[in-house]
Amino acid sequence: MSALLEPKLALARVVGAVSRVHGGGGTSLPGKLLVRMDPSAIGVLAARLPRGSVVVSATNGKTTTATMAASILERAGISLVHNQAGANMAGGIASTLLTAAGRRGTIAGELGLFEVDELWLDRLAAQLHPQAIVLGNLFRDQLDRYGELDTIAERWTTAVSAGGTAARARLVCNADDPLVADLGRDRADVVYYGVEDDTLELEGMAHAADAKHCRRCGAPYTFDAIYLGHLGHYHCPSCGQRRPSPTVLARSVVLEGVRSARFRLSTPEGEADVKLALPGLYNVYNALAAAALAVALEIPLADIVTGLESTKAAFGRAETVTVGGRETRILLVKNPAGANEVLRTLALEPGSHDLLGVLNDNTADGHDVSWIWDADFELLAGRVRSATCSGTRAAELALRLKYAGVEPERITVVEDLSHALARVADDYLDEGDKPPLYVLPTYTAMLSLRELLVARGEANSSWR
Amino acid sequence: MAVSATEGRVLRVCALYPDLMNIYADRGNLFVLQRRCAWRGIDFQLSGSGLGESLDGGAHDIYYLGGGQDRDQQLCAEDLVAGKREPLYEAASRGAIVLGVCGGYQLLGESYTLGDDQLQGVGLLDVRTVREPGQRLIGNVAIEVHLDGDVHVLAGFENHGGRTHLGSDAAPLGRVLKGHGNDGRSGFEGARAGNTIGTYLHGPLLPKNTWFADWLISTALGIDTGALTSLDDSFEREAHTSARRAAGV
Repeated sequence: MSALLEPKLALARVVGAVSRVHGGGGTSLPGKLLVRMDPSAIGVLAARLPRGSVVVSATNGKTTTATMAASILERAGISLVHNQAGANMAGGIASTLLTAAGRRGTIAGELGLFEVDELWLDRLAAQLHPQAIVLGNLFRDQLDRYGELDTIAERWTTAVSAGGTAARARLVCNADDPLVADLGRDRADVVYYGVEDDTLELEGMAHAADAKHCRRCGAPYTFDAIYLGHLGHYHCPSCGQRRPSPTVLARSVVLEGVRSARFRLSTPEGEADVKLALPGLYNVYNALAAAALAVALEIPLADIVTGLESTKAAFGRAETVTVGGRETRILLVKNPAGANEVLRTLALEPGSHDLLGVLNDNTADGHDVSWIWDADFELLAGRVRSATCSGTRAAELALRLKYAGVEPERITVVEDLSHALARVADDYLDEGDKPPLYVLPTYTAMLSLRELLVARGEANSSWR
Repeated sequence: MAVSATEGRVLRVCALYPDLMNIYADRGNLFVLQRRCAWRGIDFQLSGSGLGESLDGGAHDIYYLGGGQDRDQQLCAEDLVAGKREPLYEAASRGAIVLGVCGGYQLLGESYTLGDDQLQGVGLLDVRTVREPGQRLIGNVAIEVHLDGDVHVLAGFENHGGRTHLGSDAAPLGRVLKGHGNDGRSGFEGARAGNTIGTYLHGPLLPKNTWFADWLISTALGIDTGALTSLDDSFEREAHTSARRAAGV
């Protein structure tokens, strides 16, 4: 098998090299070719990893959770094969394995760490045979691509059930997401994580919240606390189903605007204070997911804490860059739940801001931009000094801001992103006190933004 | 300046199952109605009616029913037929607007057939929906609509597995310019019977088509659309153009 694979690996590598020379940024191209030549290539290459693989999937937070897990595992001395550029379907994972594969059946790494697209979880688990799977959350997202939430939940259920492709993987599940927690119901060895902090409770469920009804009996859940979207503490008054008790916990959470967050981490091994260089409750959840995975892999608590604390923002996820000499944060928004957490985090910052919102409707963003009406842009009303709207559907974002209560005279539509970037970078150069600039791009907008910043010399070109 | 025709008027809107039938950000429609009333000094009153809750067929000017996940839609279908059919007929017969979007459109029809299962609808529109094998009908869409003698374009996004077939008593809402429409074949989109309207242009339909929001407001209040105070709609027009362009019109 592997003798036959070698020439295919070589060919896929050549294609990748040629594509890079010609400026192709597609990190998944060689992998796609490899999988086409040999559909079992991912399985064959992953089998070379002496410690096997672990997989992270979720609607929101996959890349950051995997980045945090990588930081922890590397601190523990484990060398990784990790799809850190975020290409998380078969092509991307095959490319990552291809890069690491050496001659005569070797591979440069002990453990595979893969973030995996929600829709690809079952198919990739069939090849990767992961020893552990982190299931973070399920929110409504790009319905034109993913379909409704119940459909994804069903696919995940099939994958993790007896006879499924991930039946033998250890599960690491978010106890606070009823859709996800339910997947571990029939398993004895699930590592659950969750938040327990009264001060974070929201007054009610977000408008766009999903998963309001018991996965078992269909009755509405009673939520005793809601922290984020439909994440919180819940029970079913009809069949008695309730949130599992997590063994990896965050307590005493302190959210420090767009900069950082602190919490008291509790694990079966002990407790410790953690200070993240990433903001928002959503990143506390990502940190818990990474910590719970580390617990499942028996990594010492000290490595977990230092690994989390040294994690820097993943590409575009609260990443800080300099635009026109001004500190600028890039906050990826791609669906209502994620956008709401970003907006909630922004609203913690005092004063007013300049905004650059970039709404694209390319395939990777979802062709349907309806979701912006589920995101609570109202949180920004009265806080925006200027809003520049850009991207393929810029005008619709501008309208959303107007109906959210941002004064129309503060809103400008500049469809072309390079012009929009020049506007926010240069137009304010002469003014004295410049408020902070926040860029809220969709996924493909974030990639374009990165290219433009590199061209302007304001970001380096490395794909982290 | 003449006294506005809307001075002191009230628009009463009832959202049906607002916490379940909202999958494509249907609340955008309610925001647009609310803001456009507020900017004109029209008092906007919004209420909701959920599972097991009563519905007053005489108390509202617009009844809105959005789209939901299959499972939620089934719960709502049963509840609609059991407890809300009569009030909706009462509302429709006195000329109130009943607007069904996406799944809401399907439920305003006679039935929804999925394999051997059949969901009964309210039957306000003479349409039947069947989930046929084959791809879901997904994408940007634009339709041409004739309302009160004027020709307009509605632009939006559709995403439905069901194919909806018009009965002899139903008129289509519009003609498909780009996209799939009711069944991907007939060239028709949506259905209309008096002021009961159904469409597959889902979720935030009104932000992309504020002319239609104004038509709904004025029709619900029983006045000419021209009698509404005009607003600065430059962003609204750009958004409409953007949605049309996405559909290729």
